[in-house]
Amino acid sequence: MASFPTRPKAAAATLTRGKQNYNTNCAYCHGEDARGGDNGGVNLLRSEVVMKDQNGERLRAFLLNESEAGHAAAREGILKFNLTSAQASDLQAYLADLAAFIHDFRVSSRDPGRMRPPTVLVGDTNAGQRYFEQKCASCHSAAGDLKGIATRIKDARSLQQTWLMPAVYGFRGFNPPADSPTHVPPPTVTVTMADESKVEGRLGRIDDFVLTLTEADGTPRSIRRDDDVPKVEIHDPMKPHKELLTVYTDTDIHNVTAYLATFK
Amino acid sequence: MKFSKLPLLFSITAALLSAQGLDPSTIFKPLGTTDDWPTYGGDYTGQRYSVLKQVDRTNVKNLSLAWSSRLIAGTENRRPGSVLVTGGVGKMEATALANIKGSILQVNGVLYVSAPDNAWAIDARDGHELWHYVWKTRGGTHIGNRGLGMWHNLLYMETPDDYLVCLDAKTGKELWRREIADFDLQYFSTVAPIVVGNHVLIGTGNDLDEPGFVQSLDPETGNLQWKFYTVPMKKGDAGLETWGNLDAARHGGGNAWVPGSYDPETHLYIFGTGNPSPAYTTGTRGEGDNLYTCSVVAVNVETGKMAWYYQTSPHDTHDWDSAQTPVLFDGEFNGRMRKMVVQASRNGYFFTLDRLTGEHLVTSKFGESVNWAKGLNAKGQPVRDPTKDFHPAGALVSSANQGATNWPPPAYNPQTGLVYVPTQNSYAMYYLTELDPRGAMGLGGKEEVALGTVSSYISAIDYQTGKTVWKHVYPSLGGTLGAGMLTTAGGLLFAGDVSGNLIAYDAANGNILWHSYLTSLISNAPETYSLDGHQYVLVAAGDTVYSFILN
Repeated sequence: MASFPTRPKAAAATLTRGKQNYNTNCAYCHGEDARGGDNGGVNLLRSEVVMKDQNGERLRAFLLNESEAGHAAAREGILKFNLTSAQASDLQAYLADLAAFIHDFRVSSRDPGRMRPPTVLVGDTNAGQRYFEQKCASCHSAAGDLKGIATRIKDARSLQQTWLMPAVYGFRGFNPPADSPTHVPPPTVTVTMADESKVEGRLGRIDDFVLTLTEADGTPRSIRRDDDVPKVEIHDPMKPHKELLTVYTDTDIHNVTAYLATFK
Repeated sequence: MKFSKLPLLFSITAALLSAQGLDPSTIFKPLGTTDDWPTYGGDYTGQRYSVLKQVDRTNVKNLSLAWSSRLIAGTENRRPGSVLVTGGVGKMEATALANIKGSILQVNGVLYVSAPDNAWAIDARDGHELWHYVWKTRGGTHIGNRGLGMWHNLLYMETPDDYLVCLDAKTGKELWRREIADFDLQYFSTVAPIVVGNHVLIGTGNDLDEPGFVQSLDPETGNLQWKFYTVPMKKGDAGLETWGNLDAARHGGGNAWVPGSYDPETHLYIFGTGNPSPAYTTGTRGEGDNLYTCSVVAVNVETGKMAWYYQTSPHDTHDWDSAQTPVLFDGEFNGRMRKMVVQASRNGYFFTLDRLTGEHLVTSKFGESVNWAKGLNAKGQPVRDPTKDFHPAGALVSSANQGATNWPPPAYNPQTGLVYVPTQNSYAMYYLTELDPRGAMGLGGKEEVALGTVSSYISAIDYQTGKTVWKHVYPSLGGTLGAGMLTTAGGLLFAGDVSGNLIAYDAANGNILWHSYLTSLISNAPETYSLDGHQYVLVAAGDTVYSFILN
């Protein structure tokens, strides 16, 4: 539950009138989207007057300087409202329309990007190829496991995330999605028991006291741990990827993504 | 005593006189020298160090479950014998499972437990529920509740829809409520109230662009004593020069969403402030430091005036709030005794300061993978690397959003001189999704895509050098940040791991001495107190409270 006050959608005609009112008198300073403008107007959407206003009543007090903390430009006579005689005669309706227009904008702490970058593909393909050959080619190849990777993962950002870390583990173990495009093998574990016998299999979960694994024939095992007994050796396929996180520059990352994006 | 309203007079006087409750002077005593756990951190220091030593390194292996008690949020599914009390200004109930992510008070054999919109009194001897208070909400962010505050027989609880509710500790009945922040401005309130003498100190959270503040209320009436804003609010306010303009400062965030610590000698309430806002897109914030966001701040509880501050992340662009619990202690530093405050910050850096003046003594990087800063400046502050801000094509940043550490409280043990901090190495790609130079609002304008946790561990940090003396790395391949810490004169450190175990360590070296697997992840910091001559260890995991005792 994370709900803050929401406002009912106003009628289209109200919003149209409100937008006209806003554009005539407010947009020059506060911007067409009410988020602040080049001429010094503040972001109205997060202003206390707007957020506490319901139907224009607080806007009225503010704009007409009925309260002490009114609109500075209005108080100083710099701001003159440009109203028709009909609007002036029914100021209440005029301000209610104006308020409805401003309140129609969504105000959320998880404000979505409205001017989104067109793509994350900004890297140098050739530089990416050189980097790939140095750091990645010992395990991966364009003709082998990565053939068609850019077709399987069309979204460039998903491609970038996937090659950076093909599998992200949870604390209860490794559960890749069924339709994973990467076929990452699971982490495995070799346990050397007190009698020197070895138990091997796919790692389930591990903490300081218990580890679980599934042997090749499907047998589930749960093994007690006492300090370093038995000896546990984890084979984490993501280990090289984790280690490389301390090595890459952001430019390297963008270059490699640009290169991999050519693997159609 | 002055009362403004007659009905209040009767109810509160009755509540005050009918039981001994909690004498506010009790909170001034070091943790474990009385039988109570009377405030968020057990005492005011934030050390979470108890002098109790009935449970020690030699016998902790015999620690066993005394009882467990599952608490059920909301008005349905009442527990037999418990008294249900309801209040609130809304119509909704937080029907999700209770998740106990705060401190539990123990006073005179009764435990006072909280989750968002819910408070319980349970018998500390067997977990039997005595009363359950349910606040009906009008909304707000239900991310957690960090615990209750207590003064005589009055309990205080913040609600996500921005009330401070005062309850009669004996009955759970509501005595009064006061609106403490503006719900229309998207504030939400989660903080454990801290009672200092006749002050109830409260902070509030906000993820939009609203200013942070700490308030002091009268414990009997809830009347406002003072309100301290963490950002400049008018022309002439100190720190305004660090903002692009006054409107940016007034929408600059810096919310105090974790309780602070208190120094009785100087009357300073020392707390951390949150991130500047908007968090990730600088927008109109300007290029300055954006004071007093991401800072350790010391405010005099009598006047509400700031004595000093130290900013841990100047001009933050990553939500590296500095809300983490400041820990106060006296100790040797460079050959002489000093009065200090330390903080392990979300940004991955550890700070030792003089708590009388805010003078900087030590900075170290305890978050091993942290890569957002270029180094330290002359004041010991990390210097942000702008190439690690959110980037349209993605920047590889450590830590991921939760930080190297977060709200789970650390602990300090004077026997070892070590500060224990739940720590995490994690990475994420930080994508800027808002190219508008005016920026976004609040936490918006970005998308962070996780690359997972490389390791989770406990850092045991020497406050004199900032160096990590030992660490315990959890073996899990994935995982989250561990829960908070408790340490004792028995030479022990207690903490939840990232797999559902409560573990007791040797505080000197991190060796594991005892553990118990609980049914879900440990969700608060362990506590300890003495009752009937027995030392108990208490912890919560999700909706269940577990109490341990020596067999």
